[in-house]
Amino acid sequence: MTNGDAVARKSVLLDVKGLRKYFPIRRGLLQKTVGHVKAVDDVTFFLNEGETLSLVGESGCGKTTTARCILRAITPTSGEVLLSDRGKVLDVATIPKSELRLLRRQMQMIFQDPFSSLNPRMTLLDIVGEPLLVHGVGNAKERIDRVVEVLRLVGLRPEYMRRYPHAFSGGQRQRIGIARALALNPRLIVADEPVSALDVSVQAQILNLLLELQDKLGLTLLFVAHDLSVVKHISERVAVMYVGRIVETAPTAELFGSPRHPYTEALMSAVPIPNPRLRSERIVLQGEVADPANTPPGCHFHPRCKYAQTVCREKAPVQEEIAPNHFVSCHRARELTLRGVASSIS
Amino acid sequence: MPDAAKPLLSVRNLKTCFFQDEGTTQAVDGASFDVFPGKTLGIVGESGCGKSVTAQSILRIVDRPGRIVEGEIILSRADGSEVDVVKLKANGREIRAIRGGDIGLIFQEPMTSFSPVHTVGTQIMEAVLLHSAVGRKEARLRGIEALRSVGIPKPERRIDEYSFELSGGLRQRAMIAVALASNPRLLIADEPTTALDVTTQAQILDLLRKLQQERGMAIMLITHNLGVVAEMADDVVVMYLGRVVEQGKVDDIFHDPKHPYTKALLQSIPSIDSTPRVKLPTISGSIPHPFNRPTGCPFHPRCESFKPGRCDTEVPLLKPVGEGRTASCFLYQ
Repeated sequence: MTNGDAVARKSVLLDVKGLRKYFPIRRGLLQKTVGHVKAVDDVTFFLNEGETLSLVGESGCGKTTTARCILRAITPTSGEVLLSDRGKVLDVATIPKSELRLLRRQMQMIFQDPFSSLNPRMTLLDIVGEPLLVHGVGNAKERIDRVVEVLRLVGLRPEYMRRYPHAFSGGQRQRIGIARALALNPRLIVADEPVSALDVSVQAQILNLLLELQDKLGLTLLFVAHDLSVVKHISERVAVMYVGRIVETAPTAELFGSPRHPYTEALMSAVPIPNPRLRSERIVLQGEVADPANTPPGCHFHPRCKYAQTVCREKAPVQEEIAPNHFVSCHRARELTLRGVASSIS
Repeated sequence: MPDAAKPLLSVRNLKTCFFQDEGTTQAVDGASFDVFPGKTLGIVGESGCGKSVTAQSILRIVDRPGRIVEGEIILSRADGSEVDVVKLKANGREIRAIRGGDIGLIFQEPMTSFSPVHTVGTQIMEAVLLHSAVGRKEARLRGIEALRSVGIPKPERRIDEYSFELSGGLRQRAMIAVALASNPRLLIADEPTTALDVTTQAQILDLLRKLQQERGMAIMLITHNLGVVAEMADDVVVMYLGRVVEQGKVDDIFHDPKHPYTKALLQSIPSIDSTPRVKLPTISGSIPHPFNRPTGCPFHPRCESFKPGRCDTEVPLLKPVGEGRTASCFLYQ
């Protein structure tokens, strides 16, 4: 792990170092631990103030677990999650539970499914006002004022605040979820697949809203997603995960234009482009994603990698900064020339 | 149609309604299109546009309280005869010979469409035994062959496994093997890759293309993913609220869309090759509830070219707007 150039790291809001989350596999009468699912296995990245970093990868690669560890919705097995708070640096991973609530005012989450993440028995006012209530912000009147304010912010009419979630469409419900996340004026928003449950025509509305809110409020956004087109649209930097590890982190244009990790190359080549004139040769990966309970030795990607050599089977690659702000974990990153995404439509 | 070939399947003015206590839902409201032999027809639309019900209507497996109210579904069979699927008895012998025989179906959810209490092999053999006069031994061999043809490693072993022992990608391959076991001439794939990851999706799309080339079957690909359509389809049908709004060659639809809905839909998707972090054009509002169907053109409340007095009162019909393409919009009528 290298430290990057000084400029890039000057205003780091969140610094994740060597994050690990192992879930025990228990079997038998005595529930003996027989193994571990290595959901997150040594993840290191940082997030600058006001930027959008996307975490992409296929299902089961550990992106949601990483997001949950950062919020300490689950406690990581090891590693540091450093959040800078007015000059101080706090480790979210080890801070005592009693102090966690103060930290949580700074970081909020937006969930994937706008149908199951809103309580059907609560009105908008209750839902959006609940974080304020939990954190003891203001009196009843002030809380209503704040709810009105955030509802306006996300493009919902405040008159609707006495209604229940069932009266709203999927896109509107996702706006409610965003309003709830914004109520406490957090600095970091973790959005876990916020648009993947929505229809395409509504998806664009929510993406625009997120970009607009970020401009207005200076939010820092950790965007967890599997849809690369969406990721490319919204993020400034992208981190690609594969079986519990980050394989590559780079500024968006650089990652898509000239990927340096074979998995990134294959992942991007697999995305269907909505342009029938660009039916290009795809790299079709053979085999299956490795089982996080039984990971292959060396580089996790080597059984599917067409560039794999002996060293890849034996030694896990170390993340290194191959170009400014471009981190790769691949033994052959410096020698390979990989294909990016065609950048223009002819 | 510019193609001289006779369509394999021809759907005309199909209307399928669901009669519920709360009211009638017109899931499919006058859809018409053709599927040609050896070609791929992509049916695109957002949720609630009736694309899945269209597929169910073709196989006559629409769940109650839904039923086909009007229209024709003409299927030309292997022996050259033509049959109107709508007129058949929903559980008669003829339609049962078509289901899984002439027409194979792949569902979206490979997890739920397999029975968890039967092995994959039993379920493939069931399809083979129903549609061909062979014994169990031969059926098993054909099952193994079918699994091999869809790229499942060690098919002799996999055939005795249960669906939950397979990964998502392998399960979808097994699903395709079941659908192809009796050599259908039309494969209906209803969101075949939606539940899969991109790299697995690429594998499955690759497989479908390969199988189509080998067998010359037609594919009706139902999806909401415009990228998948652009990659796979020869012809495209765009649906909105049960109606076909536009139909044409894939290149025309993507590079010269006529209907305002198609245009807006194409503009609103972020593409992997477009400029990042700029505001996306959006379609205002959201898809109306089926009980709240707008009058006139179903798209008019969200349409930018809405003409008061016309679009909200009359229903536009599907009219030609160029060679081999049609659109239902008053802009062209």
